[in-house]
Formats: sequence, structure tokens, C-alpha cells
Amino acid sequence: MAVVGASLAGTRAAEALRREGFDGRLTAIGEEVHRPYQRPPLSKQFLAGDWDRSRVDLRVRDLDADVRLGTVAEQLDLQAREVAVRGPDGHERIGFDGLIIATGCQPRSLRGEPDRGGMVGVHTLRTVDDSLALRVALDANPTVGVVGAGFIGSEVASTCRRRGLEVTLIDPLSAPLERALGRRMGDVVGKLHIDHGVRLRTGVSVRGLVGNGHVEGIRLDDGSLVPADLVVLGLGVTPAVKWLEGSAVHLDDGVVCDARCFVEGATNVVAAGDVARWFHPSSGRHLRVEHFDNAGAQAAAAARALLAGKDAQPYDPVLSFWSDQYEVKLQLLGMPELGDSVEVVEGDVSQLRFIAAYGREGRTVAILASNQMSRLHSYRTVVEKRLAFPPKAPA
Amino acid sequence: MKVVVDMNTCESNAVCMGLAPSVFEVQGDGKLHVINANPPEELRDKVEEACRSCPTQAISLAEG
Repeated sequence: MAVVGASLAGTRAAEALRREGFDGRLTAIGEEVHRPYQRPPLSKQFLAGDWDRSRVDLRVRDLDADVRLGTVAEQLDLQAREVAVRGPDGHERIGFDGLIIATGCQPRSLRGEPDRGGMVGVHTLRTVDDSLALRVALDANPTVGVVGAGFIGSEVASTCRRRGLEVTLIDPLSAPLERALGRRMGDVVGKLHIDHGVRLRTGVSVRGLVGNGHVEGIRLDDGSLVPADLVVLGLGVTPAVKWLEGSAVHLDDGVVCDARCFVEGATNVVAAGDVARWFHPSSGRHLRVEHFDNAGAQAAAAARALLAGKDAQPYDPVLSFWSDQYEVKLQLLGMPELGDSVEVVEGDVSQLRFIAAYGREGRTVAILASNQMSRLHSYRTVVEKRLAFPPKAPA
Repeated sequence: MKVVVDMNTCESNAVCMGLAPSVFEVQGDGKLHVINANPPEELRDKVEEACRSCPTQAISLAEG
């Protein structure tokens, strides 16, 4: 078996193969030189300087695998059943019977701009090296511009404010996290940022970066200039599938998979994590999920499917996720983006301590909890069974 | 198998609760409680997974 991608999903997949009793040869191929680590702290505790490097490392069971770090997958040959790689020792072809694709994603850059605007002082945030570089740059107390108010951008803004830095958070949508949480809850998050001293510029696009070698500001579409000598681009990610181009693997915003995580266009190949767009039975659509919880769970499911073959089970999870911003912990169950209405069912929004439900056609499709860690899981069944919307508060 | 949670480290992200709800539960105080500190052997895989998956690495397992 070969696993391409040695981050969270790849590692969990390899672990699951061993746990399920696979005792053949196992090769794990990872582009980064680092042993697997966790990404959630990279925009939070590690970026803030609260955690040291060792706490970011992932706990991994003994894999009894040939682990190739610093090794880039360059091509997939489905006829020969080999992955062509380039590592510290040069080019090589690694054969497989079964393959797990877990190459994740890479950050987007500004449209029409070269990588990171071609300027010093412009950062993206995906890897531990990215986070470390950003953390060091923040030590110089820069004025920060964050482009994109998704989860990464919002968390970076929060961490920068906690470090006492001036921050402008910019997004073309009307509110932070609007795509993920909808307008109403996005506005709640927007107020949270404003109350913590962030300059929030929503509903306006970025025209480009201004600077001469080193970034000095961000030019917005309305002509205004946001001064910033450090810019973080939180523009989302694209699946890392370049190595699969030219193979028969079906690519469409990621690696397209069936409900059991089997890759379309190939046999005995599965995919998991940020790169996989699989058919999610409960929602009846293909999904690509970029969250921590899913990466681990899907990797285990994909590995089991690969071993089970035609007896493989569909992977049909209730999605879950969390985000820490300032003193608020947001937790999600289900898929808010499916909802066409949202209602607060418990607590007090003005205190940022509440539970909100998302509904569609009279059914509950998601729950958002804000500083309600103890209550969230009471609603798991509500989401799992899509009970009537708005749901009654469970005991 | 004995489950120990370092409450100074735990942030109640509840990843463990999703994996092993009969062992871990975030209760009304917003804190994680180990509701079964000596889970049966058949839960070992789940509990080990919860231990490895904890984003703050607050969970540890001891034998016995």
C-alpha cells in the first residue's frame, strides 16, 4: 500500500491500515520535511506564541512503514500502478496495489498576482513553517492587513489583536465567515471583531497590493488604501492535485470519490481529507471538507474501504468543526451552508453564549454553538436525524 | 486501561467526545469529564484514537 500525503489524513489512514490488520508493505510519502503535525494551532496557540513547536506535533502510533519525507509526488501511473516521486535521493517510482491519496490543499494567492504578490511581508498560512515565519514577523509589531475573513483570516486577526497589533480584516462578502455561517451569524462574528478593535472592511474587494519590494498597503476596489506592512492572505485553498493531472483520476475541485471514498477513474484507489470530494450520502451531494475532525475520520474510513473492497461501507459522518476567536469558541455540527434559515434556540447572542440552529424545508441541518461546549453534543441527534426545525432544546 | 485528562490543557473541543461518547463528556460547567475512567478493552481503539486526536494532547492512557 502507498499513502501519498503524510499530514493528518495520510497519517491517520496509515494508522488505520495497520489497526485493521494490514501487515504488508506500507510506504508513506510526504512533501514536507516535518513529521506530521496539527494545523489547528497554527493560526491560534502556536501563532500566538503560547505553544512551543513540540506541542504541534501529532501523536502517531508506530506505523511500521517506509516513511519518505521531503518527497514530492510528481505523477501517478495507473497502468503500471506506480507513483513517480522526487525526494532527497532523486527520482524514484514507488509501486502499489492500493493507494490512498491525501495530498491536501495549498493556499490561494491573490488573483492576477504572482505568488504572495511578489512582495516581502506577504504571508499565507498553511504549514508550520508558514506559521513560524508569520509568528516571527509579528514580533516586529507590524500593522497587519488580513485579506479574507474565513476561518483562517478571522483566527489570524484574533491572534494579532491578542498580541496588541493593529489589524484590518477585509472581505468581499458582507460579513466574516458569511460563506460558512450565513449572514446573520457572520454579523455576530463581525461585531466580535469590531468589539476587539479590528478595523473590519467588508463588502469590498482587494484590487492589489501596494509597495516597492516590501508591502506597504492594500488597495481596495473603492480606491481606498489600507496601510499594512504585513499582509496575511486568507483566501482559501485549492486541492493539491497537480501530480494527478494526466492520469485517469477524475478531478473536479479535488479528487472525485464515491460514497465509500473510492476514487472515480481508478481501481483500488481511495482519497481522504482536504483533497477528497466524495459523495456524502446524507446531503446527497459531493463535498470537500477542509476541517480537522473530518480529515482523521475520513482517512480511517477510506483505509477501511480500501481493505474491504466491494464490501466497503459508505462514509456518512455528521460533520463537526471548531474555531477559537478571542474568548469565544465556536463549534459546528452539520452543514450550515445547506440551511436557508437560522434561529437562536438557546442562550443570548449579545453575551456570545448561545446555540443557533440552521434549517431547510422544516428540517434542522446544522447547529452552531458559541461558548456552549456542554450543550452542543445534546444536539447531535437533532442534526443526525434532521429533526424538525426549529428544534426544541434537548435535555 | 486508565484514562487521564489534564484539565489545565483541555480546551473542551470535544473531539474525544465525538469518538468515544461513553468515555468523554463535556458537561454543564463547560468542562470535560471522564465519565468512564476505566473503559472496557473493546473501547481501546476508540479511546486510543481519541487520545491521539486530541488537539491539545490533554488525554493520556495508563495501563491497569
